[in-house]
Amino acid sequence: MTIARFTAATPRTGRIADARRAGIVMTLVLFASLTASHAAQAQSSAAEGEKIAFDRSKGNCLTCHEMKGGTLAGSIGPALTDIKSKYPDRNELIAIVTDETKRNPQTVMPPFGRNHILTEKEISAVVDFLQTL
Amino acid sequence: MMRSVLGSALGLVIAALTFGAVHTAVAADTTNPEADAKAFRKFFTDKFPKVKFDDFVNGPYSMDEGLYQQWKEKEEFPPYEFALDMGKELFAKPFKNGKTFADCFPNKGIGIRQNYPYFDEKQGKVVTLELAINQCLESNGEKPYSYTKDEMAAVTAYMAFTSRGKPFDIKIPNDPRALAAYENGKKYFYTRRGQLNFSCASCHVQSPGERIRAEVLAPAIGILNAMPIYRSEWGGMGTISRRFTSCNSQVRGVPLNPQDDEYRDVEYYLSYVSNGLPISGPGARP
Ligand code: HEC
Ligand code: HEC
Repeated sequence: MTIARFTAATPRTGRIADARRAGIVMTLVLFASLTASHAAQAQSSAAEGEKIAFDRSKGNCLTCHEMKGGTLAGSIGPALTDIKSKYPDRNELIAIVTDETKRNPQTVMPPFGRNHILTEKEISAVVDFLQTL
Repeated sequence: MMRSVLGSALGLVIAALTFGAVHTAVAADTTNPEADAKAFRKFFTDKFPKVKFDDFVNGPYSMDEGLYQQWKEKEEFPPYEFALDMGKELFAKPFKNGKTFADCFPNKGIGIRQNYPYFDEKQGKVVTLELAINQCLESNGEKPYSYTKDEMAAVTAYMAFTSRGKPFDIKIPNDPRALAAYENGKKYFYTRRGQLNFSCASCHVQSPGERIRAEVLAPAIGILNAMPIYRSEWGGMGTISRRFTSCNSQVRGVPLNPQDDEYRDVEYYLSYVSNGLPISGPGARP
């Protein structure tokens, strides 16, 4: 994703057409800063997601799941570890958090999206956090 | 998790199958409480083969050995003792008209907890012990108690204490209204509600023995036998009404009023399917 954005950005940054070297240096700088800011953004979103996940009046996921960094966790759901390797596709995680009853009608996990317990943006942040586990 | 993920996944499947079985029994359009009770009991004894049947009345303590030990120790200086003394006193104290609670109840109110709730054919509704206590007060010109704690918890504690060891013996008379009340209570128990989409069964049938945060969930079988209870978290005693309303609030649902039809009916259902399990109240909880 980062690469795609970088290539798309290249033509606009190639301002000095005859100084290719300078251009390359500039794009590299831009690349570096883009990657850094993208990473920073995901990181701050993951941090936000952690807050939402732990907050008793928001996700309150710890009620049922052990999660790294949380205390007094419940055991109703599985411990959430290695989530990124288990669910490489973040859309799958979005779906689970939005409405797990779609996958498993018997589940006790609340439908956070369907019942408007969390907004789409909050769910996205929680998923960013899940991917760090 | 106390059990493996696989174990709990299996548990969910079994729960699903059992719900299916229970619901099929219902769908066969004759309501069959007896078959319900049998399936219910089998579900819990299969799920917890190591728990002695009578131990289910100890709620969360029956689910966890460490907790069980704590409970044994607690019982040596039970925190409900104070309520028990107060209940005994209130029970014996004459009303302004000279009568006492003993005049309102069969067997003078001693050793009868296991027969409540019952379906009262005259009133056409389920009468719980809490309701009967307030009806007794009001019919004698006294002010009714608040349903959730204090005097109500004290008097029900005393009445349960005089009934300890007697198995629940809830009857469903041959009256279509009684059967309807039972069905209504059962439906309430399995219906999901509130923003968090939980039914009573989500916690007490699908997840007993699991921790919800730090609390161990009690199994639905025998869940009323120890009531009323002292809870450290409450800093005091609470009645069945108090427990039902706080369970509803936990799921960000709007609790009903104590002793509303649905609550009395769900108490009728839960007590009936716990028939045979001994009264153990009052209880103490972490
Ligand atoms: C009341 C209990 C409960 C709460 C609260 C809860 N979950 Fe769950 N969750 C479960 C259960 C039980 C499962 C097991 C799968 C199922 O039941 O379908 C599960 C499964 C999951 C899974 C899949 C895990 C795997 O290994 O396959 C993820 C991811 C997840 N939950 C994330 C969350 C997040 C994020 C939150 C909070 C925003 C949350 N859960 C809140 C009960 C809960
Ligand atoms: C979100 C989970 C949840 C739901 C839903 C829930 N409860 Fe509870 N319930 C608890 C917790 C936690 C406790 C305290 C620990 C324990 O004893 O199980 C409890 C305790 C109880 C107790 C006392 C058990 C004891 O031995 O101390 C009763 C009775 C009870 N619940 C009935 C109900 C009924 C009836 C409903 C539905 C109206 C219900 N619960 C719904 C979580 C829940």
